[in-house]
Parts: sequence; C-alpha cells; structure tokens
Amino acid sequence: MWEYTDKVKDHFLNPRNVGEIENPDGVGEVGSLACGDALTLYIKLGDQKRITEAKFKTFGCASAIASSSALTEMLIGKTLEEAETITNENIADYLGGLPKEKMHCSVMGRDALEKAITCYRGSAEKKVEGNIVCECFGVTDIQIERAVRENHLMTIEQVTDYVKAGGGCGNCHEKIQEIINTVLGKEIPARKKSPVLTNLQKIKLIEQTLEREIKPALNKDGGDIELIDVSGNIVQVRLRGTCATCKKSQITLKNYVEAKLRELVTPELVVEEVTL
Amino acid sequence: MNPLYFDNNATTRVAPEVVEAMLPYFTEYYGNPSSMHTFGGAVGRHINDARTKLAELLGASPEEIVFTSCGSESDNTAIIAALRSNPDKKHIITSRVEHPAIKNLCEYLAKTGYRVTFVPVDHKGRLDMDYLIRHLTDDTAIASFMWANNETGVIFPIDDIAGILSERGIIFHTDAVQAVGKIPINVKKTRIDMLSLSGHKLHAPKGIGALYVRKGTKFSPFLIGGHQEKGRRGGTENVASIIGLGRASDFVVERMTEENTRVRLLRDKLETRLVQNIPNTLVNGDTDSRLPNTSSIAFEFVEGESILLMMNEFGICASSGSACTSGSLEPSHVLRAMGVPFTAAHGTIRFSLSIYNTESEIDLIVEKLPPIIARLRSMSPFWKGSCGC
Repeated sequence: MWEYTDKVKDHFLNPRNVGEIENPDGVGEVGSLACGDALTLYIKLGDQKRITEAKFKTFGCASAIASSSALTEMLIGKTLEEAETITNENIADYLGGLPKEKMHCSVMGRDALEKAITCYRGSAEKKVEGNIVCECFGVTDIQIERAVRENHLMTIEQVTDYVKAGGGCGNCHEKIQEIINTVLGKEIPARKKSPVLTNLQKIKLIEQTLEREIKPALNKDGGDIELIDVSGNIVQVRLRGTCATCKKSQITLKNYVEAKLRELVTPELVVEEVTL
Repeated sequence: MNPLYFDNNATTRVAPEVVEAMLPYFTEYYGNPSSMHTFGGAVGRHINDARTKLAELLGASPEEIVFTSCGSESDNTAIIAALRSNPDKKHIITSRVEHPAIKNLCEYLAKTGYRVTFVPVDHKGRLDMDYLIRHLTDDTAIASFMWANNETGVIFPIDDIAGILSERGIIFHTDAVQAVGKIPINVKKTRIDMLSLSGHKLHAPKGIGALYVRKGTKFSPFLIGGHQEKGRRGGTENVASIIGLGRASDFVVERMTEENTRVRLLRDKLETRLVQNIPNTLVNGDTDSRLPNTSSIAFEFVEGESILLMMNEFGICASSGSACTSGSLEPSHVLRAMGVPFTAAHGTIRFSLSIYNTESEIDLIVEKLPPIIARLRSMSPFWKGSCGC
C-alpha cells in the first residue's frame, strides 16, 4: 500500500481538468502503454499570452493521474515563461510530496509540459535526444543526466524512481552509475576491473610501458628487451644484452616485466620469452 | 466499513473455530513439547494430533509432515534439501511462473553454479510439457512445479508431471500453497516427493507452514538446530499455530465441496457479469483447469493500481498484476510469461474468493466496478471507445 498524501488522493479521486481541448495551442504527449503510464497535456493561451485552459488525459496509477491534475491547476493563469520554470519537484511539492518510487510521475508531467510549450512555439518537435541507455523503458543519457542534475540524485535506485531507467533488466546499471559520477563531478572510482582496451590500444600501451618504464631499468644493468608480438593477452618478448645470458632472466621476466605490464596495461597479460 | 474481501490468495481470514482451538495454547498449555515434565510433554501429543489432521488433508502419513514457518521456508527447504542430498547433480528444472519463493531462489542458485531451466507456459498459462520432458537430464537434481498459480489460478497437470519424473527417478517438489484446501490433493495417488503449503492461505494464521516429505526421500534440514521435527527442522515448535493449522485442515476438508460448488459459482458469476458489462475485458489463464476461487481479469487501457484504489473507496479488496502496485516497474512475471499484451497486463485485477464471500458482495462489485472502469477509461489517452484503439 502506498502512502499517498490526502492531496494526492483528492486529485486522484476528483481529478481537475480531465479531457481534451479542441484546437489547442499546444499538445504534449509522453509515455506509452508498454511503460505503464502515459500523459497527453493540452494547453490554450488567452489574451496576454497566459494559459487560460489546461487539460489532460492520463493512463496510469493514482499518482500519475494526481500529478497530471495538479499540473493543470498550476498552469492555468501562468505565462509560458512562468510555466517553463515548473520543475518535477514543484509538481510533487504541490501534492504534498510523492512516494519516492513514484517520482517518475512528476517527471512525466514536467516532460509533457515541455513538449506542449515546444509544440506551441512551433519549433519542430525535437527528436529523441541523446543515446538510449535503458532499453526496457527507452530512457536516454540526456534524460538521466537531467534528472540527476535537477534532483541531486546519488544512486541508481533514485534514478529508477525518477525516470524509470534501470527498473527492468538491470543491464544499464553500470552506464547509469557513470552518468551519476559524471554529473557529481566524481572521478570514476579506481576500478578493480581493468578498463576494456581495444587491441590497438593495448599494443600501444605495452609499447609505451616497455619504452618508458622497463627498458630504462634493464638498460641500467646492461640489458635490453624487444617486443616481438602481442597475441590476445600473450606478450612475446626477446631479451637482449646481459639479460639474454643472465641466469635470473626468467625471474626478471615474471617478477619485473610481467608485473609492470600487468600494473600499467591490464592484469590479464602473460609475458613469454621468445628464444632464437 | 466491513471489507468486501476478495484477496484470499494473498491471505485468508483465520476461521473463528481455528482461533478458538489455538487460544488455550497461549496461556494454559504453554509448555515446551521437548520438556521432560508432563506439563510440557502433553503438548507434544496435541502437536501430533494436528500433524495427523494435516496429513489426512493430503493423504499422507503424519511422520511425513514437517512443520515450518511459512510457504517460502517450505519451498526453500525442499530445493536446498534436494540439492544437498544429491551433491553431484547441478541442474534444476522449474517453470517461468513460479512464486518468488521458488523463482528468486532458483535465480540465486543459477548464480552459484547450478544450471536452471525455466519451462515456459502458453498464452493460457499452461505448462509446455514437451519442453519439460526435453530438458530433463541425468544431471537434474530436482524438479519444482507449482500445483496452482497464485495470480491466475491455473492448475498444472501435477499427476502427469509426477508420472514423468518418477519414471526417471527425479525428485519432484510442488509448491501447493494455493492448491491445498481448495482442491482435493492425495499424495497416495500422485507420486510427489515434497509438497509445500502455507497455513494462512487456508484459514490458519500467518507464520505457520508445512513441508510434506515422502517417506524414503533423502533429506537434509534447511534450518539446522535441535531435534524438533525428527531433526528435519530445528527450532521450538510454534505450538499454537500448529494446533491452528491442524484445526484449519479439518475446516477446509469439511468445506471442500462448498468451495468447489458455491464459491466456484460465485466466482463464475462475478467473472461472467464483469465480462458482459464491461467492454474490452478478458479473462487471463486456462478457464478449463483453474482453482475454483480465482479470477484474473484484464481491463484493457486502464491501470491496475487506479482500479484498486477506486474499488478501495467502496471497501472492495483485490490485487493487481500491474507494475505500479508491486513497487516494480514491469507487470507481473506471470502475465509476461503468458505473453499477455501490455494493454491488458497493466490493467489486470485478481479476485480471489473464499467460503466467507456472499452473493450480495458479488452483486455489489458487479454494480460498482463498471463505472470505475468507464471513468478511468474516459481519462485514458488510449481509450477510443469500445471498438478498441
């Protein structure tokens, strides 16, 4: 059982401004049947470019209907410039708050309002911007980023509450976390798992590490090393100079060369010596 | 306001007869059945009476009954016991529509090295038997298939499944939480190795369940502790609730006929009237093989939580398969497994009756619900009249 405020219950049981407007000045449609909620918002402007009429049709749960109803009440009497400043938080506050799992209903209201205003201004409806991150609910990185920024979201769970992203299969959780980290200005925490490198990146990094780190160290003792090939995670090298004849070369190879490459390139690497 | 209670698959009213039987065990006969003194020891005999009554309900022997704390514990015990007793076998087979107690446990086990096959169902919720048979292997440690589905009431062909599995010597567990007390069950006739049940679905209190374990089935306890339940489940017996479950077993046996006649007719009347009076309304599941008390009805183009809350204004209690009520964002896994379209899944309501329901209650729902659906549809951007979209 959800803990809805009396105001949510009132707007659900006695919704204001349900219906359609004939010849509206702006229409905003969001959501879909598959997602479980959808809202169509209609607005009509009067003399001083103020919203004189706002109506809605909503498919969804009690909080979706209440959020739509509240939004229409908030809109009537406002100029478009004033209306534009309405955030999803404002809609939730107007209702005395929403359960956190239902915040996406207020976001849906804000999104419909934006679309209706865009529609009025005649600018072609923007194509879905950004890249889809959550495939279950068709949520883009831009939508997630905006929700995180505007509502100071800190966790994946909160992102799901606000825009539904991550609430289905869960495959996008890593991407959502990255967006949160970027917005919060956090460095991506040093991950135990190595970053995925392309083959070319891997080879370049191995070459750099050999040139900058390993060769100078070996050179000090009169030794040297040459990169022969990289195949998958197998790094084939040939030891030269004093190393080639040193009895401890295998120890150098494993304990120093391989360890250094694993540390600076990727932990999966295995170093093999090619003798010929 | 007295509730119009149509959510009996969620939980049932504890029968006053059951409460009456339980009460002395709180303040009078409060001894521990494990004690040496007569005061405590006598309680043990009453527990065994309750065990005998429950065994009779299932056609089992008393010693084949292990009392647990709930249906979920029984389910967990059955699966884990089978895996521990057959450590070489790493395959589990179950269905895609099981209760979370089985589904989530199997998904968890799949992450810990077991291979799990989830057998699909068709659009009416019927099990794909060919698929089941094809996926049995020598490595299969346990098969677990629910007797009746909690959301749709669809009954699986447990006799057939039991036959197939016993032929191959595979341990068969059934989650019969929704079936026990509603339809006749006889483990003498059906070759089941383990069966889970829950007290509060059959007019006993919450917090008591049982697991039937066929004599000779290899077993290993889930809750390790004292010697209670012959070492099959540690923990001091929940005496009063066990007595309650025993009394409830008698209670449902006495009312089994009523459940399958009067209650079934009430359910059928409710369903028929709603489908007749409300356009774009569908019944989910196989109506030919279904519990007598359950009806899962989809009202297209409206959302379940809104229906429930508007019914709530009239004191009507039911539940929904929609996303919004469960706290998840997707409709129930059962409806999705059946391929129920989103237009219908989001607006699915489950009515589940008991012997306490009356005809006048049905009439009230039939009167109140059509305007609720019409009102919500008038608000829905997808509703374009009874012709559909």
